[in-house]
This record gives sequence, C-alpha cells and structure tokens, in this order.
Amino acid sequence: MQGRRAREHSLPVVPALKRVLPAGLRPGGVYSLQGSMSLAMALLAGPSLNGAWCGVMGLPDFGVEAAAGFGVALDRLVLVPDPGERWLQVLAAMTDVLPVVLACAPARTAPADAARLGARLRERGSVLLVAGNWPQSEAVLRVSGQDWEGLGQGHGHLSRQELRVEVALRGASRTAVVDLSGGVPEKASAYRIGA
Amino acid sequence: MVAWFPDWPLVAARLAEDLPADGPAAVIAQGKVAACSAEARNEGVVRGLRIREAQTRCTTLAVCPADPLRDAREFEPVLASLEERSPGVDVLRPGLCAIRIRGAARYYGSEESAAGAVLDAADSLGVEARVGVADSVFAAVQAARSTTESVAFMVLPPHTSRDFLAPFPVEALEQPGLASLLKRLGIHTLGDFARLPLSDVRSRFGEAGVLAHAMARGEDPTAVVPRVPPRKLDRQVDFDPGLDRIDQIAFQLRAPAGEFIAALQEAGLVCTELKVALTDDSGTRSERLWGHPRHFMASDVVDRVRWQLQPRSADPSGIQGAGGITSAIVRVELIPGRTDSITGHGQDLFGEGAEEKIHHGLSRLQSMLGQDAVLVPAVAGGRVLHERRLLTPWGDPVPREAALQAARPWPGSIPDPQPATVFASPVPVLLLDAAGETVRIDPRGVLLSPPAWFCPDADGGSRAPRRQVTEWTGPWPLRQRWWDEDRRRHAERFQIVDGDGDAWLLLLSGERWWAEARYD
Repeated sequence: MQGRRAREHSLPVVPALKRVLPAGLRPGGVYSLQGSMSLAMALLAGPSLNGAWCGVMGLPDFGVEAAAGFGVALDRLVLVPDPGERWLQVLAAMTDVLPVVLACAPARTAPADAARLGARLRERGSVLLVAGNWPQSEAVLRVSGQDWEGLGQGHGHLSRQELRVEVALRGASRTAVVDLSGGVPEKASAYRIGA
Repeated sequence: MVAWFPDWPLVAARLAEDLPADGPAAVIAQGKVAACSAEARNEGVVRGLRIREAQTRCTTLAVCPADPLRDAREFEPVLASLEERSPGVDVLRPGLCAIRIRGAARYYGSEESAAGAVLDAADSLGVEARVGVADSVFAAVQAARSTTESVAFMVLPPHTSRDFLAPFPVEALEQPGLASLLKRLGIHTLGDFARLPLSDVRSRFGEAGVLAHAMARGEDPTAVVPRVPPRKLDRQVDFDPGLDRIDQIAFQLRAPAGEFIAALQEAGLVCTELKVALTDDSGTRSERLWGHPRHFMASDVVDRVRWQLQPRSADPSGIQGAGGITSAIVRVELIPGRTDSITGHGQDLFGEGAEEKIHHGLSRLQSMLGQDAVLVPAVAGGRVLHERRLLTPWGDPVPREAALQAARPWPGSIPDPQPATVFASPVPVLLLDAAGETVRIDPRGVLLSPPAWFCPDADGGSRAPRRQVTEWTGPWPLRQRWWDEDRRRHAERFQIVDGDGDAWLLLLSGERWWAEARYD
C-alpha cells in the first residue's frame, strides 16, 4: 500500500504557493488552513486548473467570484453550504467522489472520527483542506499577517495582497511570504487580480 | 379510403377552447384567414382573405392564430378512435388521413359500410367528417372534398378514378407553378393533362411532372404507410386513500417508477426531462418540470417527486415550484417531458470514469440532504456581491442568461480583486470617526468625517473592542432600481483596512453600517 501511495502524483499548486508547498498537495492528506479564505482558494485553484473537481462544504460565505479570480473552474466546483447535523457523513460522501474538498472545521472533532476519515481519504487519494483546526493534519498553514496595497487615506482601491504564511510541515516550521496577486496563471488572465 | 375533417384548424381551436364553440370564427395564419366557420362563410369570409378585410365583412368574427401543434394534438384522440375501427391509419396532415380500404372493406362487408364506420367514429367524438374511396390517395382526397353535408361519403368503383378526376381543374394538384404553366400551355383540366404521353411529360416537366401526371391519371404512386400507434409512456399512480407523508408516497412510487423507466427503455428511449404532476384530495394539481444532467433512473424519479413534495426554502434563483404537502396526495403522474434515443446515452465500454462517479456521489448527497443542499455556482449579473453569486441545484441547468448578465458592465461594481468571503446576509458593524461618532454622509454624498475606528461586532455597543482604521477609501455610491420597491438600493460603499490587517468592504445604508464582504 505504502509504495503505491509514494508513487502517486501529488496535486499541483499554483506557482505563487510553490514556496509554501514545494511538493504540492499529497493525495490522502489533510491540510489545516487558518486565517485566510484567499489561501484556501489559491490552493483549490491548482488542482482545479488541472481539471480536477473541487468541493466546498459548510462555507456559506464562499466568494464564488473571487474563487474564479484565483483560477478555480466554476463548472467543476460543487458547494454544499449547509451540511446540517451529519457533518462527517457528508464530508466522507464528498471526499469519496471529489479529489479536493475544502471544508469548515466542525466545532469539535473526536480523534477517532478524524482517524477514520483520514484512513478513508488515504484509500481514495482525495485531499481535504480544512478551514480551521484539525487534529491529524499533514500540514498546518497559518496566516500570521497580511499586507494590502492600493489603499490610501480616502483614495485608491485594494489591489494587491501579500500573506505571511507559517507552514508547519512534518514537524518543521517556516515562514513564507506569498504574493497572491501574482498567483494567477496566464490561463486565467481574464480574471487576473491585482492592477 | 381518405377521411377528411373539414376546417380542421378551426375545429381544433374550438376543441382546445381557443375559439368559442359557435358563432363566426376564423383561424389566422400569416395575417390571412386559413380556416373559417360556416357562419363566417355565410357572411362572406373566405380562405386567404386578409384579417382586416375579413373583420370588415363579419364584425363579430372571433379569430385566433394558427398553431400546427394544437392541430396535431387535438387530432390525436380522433386518430385513436379511427384506429379502433380500422387499423393502419396514415396521417397525411392533421385533419386528413388515409386508410387502406381492402382490409376494412372485407371486415365490414363492403366499402360503403367501412366508410360508414369511419363516419361513426368521427360522429362519436362530435366532429364532422367526409370520406372518399378511390383507386389512389389523390383521387380519394378529391372524392372526399366533393361530398356534401347530406351525403358525407363518396365511393368510386374500381378503375373509374381517372374519369372522375378528368373534369377537375389543374389547380387541384396543389402545385401552383405547374398549374400556371399548364394553363398557359392550354391544358385546363386533369383529363387534358392525363392524356399527354408520359415520355413528353417527363422530358418537359421532369420527375415532379411525372408524379403529377400519375396523380391526374388516378394512379397515385404514394403508398399508404400506416403509422405505428404511439406507446403510452405516461404513468399514473393513484392512492386510495390519499397519502400525506412523503416517505409513504416515495415508498409506494418505487415500483411504478421502475416500471415507468423500464417502459421507456423498452421503447428505446431515455427520459431527460420529466414532468411530475401531483393531485391532492382537494383537486389541486401542481406540476413541475425537472431536468436531469444525464437521464432519469428509477431512484431519480422518486427523488424528484420527493423534492416536489418537500417545502422549498426561499429560492433566490426564482425557480417556479410548488412546495409542501397541504393535503393528502391522491394521484401522482409521471410524464416524460423530453425523451432521447437510448443509443446516445449508452455506457462506454470502460465506464464513464470520473464524471459518472461524481454524479452518483452527488446525487446520493442530494437524496440525503435535499435538492437545494448540493449547488453549482456561477457568476451572475448584479451590483450587490451576494446577488452576483448564482447557485443552482446540482442537476438543474444553469440559466443561460446568467453568463450574459455577468458580462454586462454593471457600473458601481467593485474593482478586482474580489473579496474571498461574501456574507450571505450582511453583518452589522460600526464605523466611528475620531470623536467616536458613527461616520455619516450628507445628502449630497460627501463624507462628513473620516473613519478612525472600526468594530466588527455592532452588538457589543460602545464597549466593543475597537480596531483602528489604517487605510480607507470611499464613499463609492451604489444606486439601483429606484423604481423597484423590493430591489431598490441606495447605499455607499467603503473599503477599509483595519489595524489587524483585515480588509473589509463596508456598506452604509441609511444610518447603519454593514459588512458586505471581507478580504481575507
């Protein structure tokens, strides 16, 4: 089993995030994202630009237009804004069929549930991005600060976003500065963000 | 044998209750009278008259536009009745059909009694019919047209059709070009035309002329091709007593839905659009057309019925729908709205891979959570951000105009990048100036004092934790639809970056501040 996993191709990330996750998203992994929806969208954009279907669960405020701006293909995106009581079943059903799923973190996760879901993810080779804390995650990407350009005192408009991302990947921790305005590949230039 | 139903477009319009059942009436095609009633004819209305002219001659004339679909639809019960008396009906056009006389004549004993049986069939439905029997279809049509109201059928003995047709003018061929040419050549009747040698007709008029020549000779080569009666694909399920619980209805429907799909498959069809009609015990009928991205399976049919029974939540996309059970359901009808040949929907040899799997998985989620729970996003037109987010249930087609709307300029929309978090309903916030007062705008849209403090939580009151406003811009006016009570909007937009580095899109509406979206 393990050998097959290792050979499996990891899902690509957009060039702007190459410094954060040089190896891409590992199939079967859970990534905990904290503090930024833009980062989550940029992570979805990599697989989506390569033809993967993506799912978003439990995030009723997901900005569809911004996602399109990052390069997420809307015709391969499925939203389940309100999973109701059965958070885990719904998430499992989604990860069974969709290669990348972004989900909000539940209020409380039992470690046993998390382990079961993790095993299921590894079997299916899907990637789970959790917006919030997750007990057994492959990597934690925490946004410790963000800088905005383009705004003055009463003039201008927001044009450029820079995130300081702390990455805790397999015990090692480091910080990277990500400029998301340069993160959109040429293919999606119609939605190019930034001036 | 040809059965002719005079003025069928008019009769059909009356059957469909588009026209009053008596009194002068006419069906209008392309601005001209296509068919008119006997009362109108008495007033001088004839076919081909301009509508204005017809109304001048007969001031009480009721008119309605021609509708070929309606003609065909209303003709269907007549055909069914004819097929009961004599199978093998060939529909030449709605209102005119041909039947092979041989079998019918042998069954009924004579050609006259076969014609009588057809007239009986029409009579039982209350429509007027004329019957002509001849050697060829063309001759039989002419014979049927030559009948009168008192003698409703005409039977030409075998091999007399040519003599019968001889006195008819060449216009009867219904080929205006040929008729006018023949007349200029001095040939005025079908008899004259039939006397021309066949080889001359072929060299002068070509294949079409040869066909017309055969028709004039009473040797119509067009064969009577009986239609295949359509299979009944609708499925109707009655409950007695009526059921008022969704799970009961769904359970009862499982087997009929399977049979419904199996019957379609047997006919070589798949259903891509399904109409579900529910009738409750008070006689109220609710109908809805359901689409499907692929084609309906039995479980999908049951799901659609269940969704139609479930009360629908407030629907932003405005899909028409009836929701909720108010009284017991006594009848469920499954009607295929659109069908397609099964050959286009077969499975690939190696399965259909990812898409198939995704569809199955999401459909299962939908049957677990409800149809509105699994959504496909699209960008729609609008100035307010949450209006620009169009969510369509999985399986329903995305409205085509959405993309067109989104491509319009929408003055007042915010420049890229778009905010990543768009609140489904705006969040109340506070924006204060240096003195701690709410930031306000004068009626001319001028900012009275620059913002200095920001509270993301308006409920906290004056003691809520404040964040400094480090950068800001605005006001950007947002004005739309002042004429529309419900969608009218008069607001100012601000972009701010607060002391924690969060960027917000704020909305000042009246005296209150709302967070429309967050850049995060």
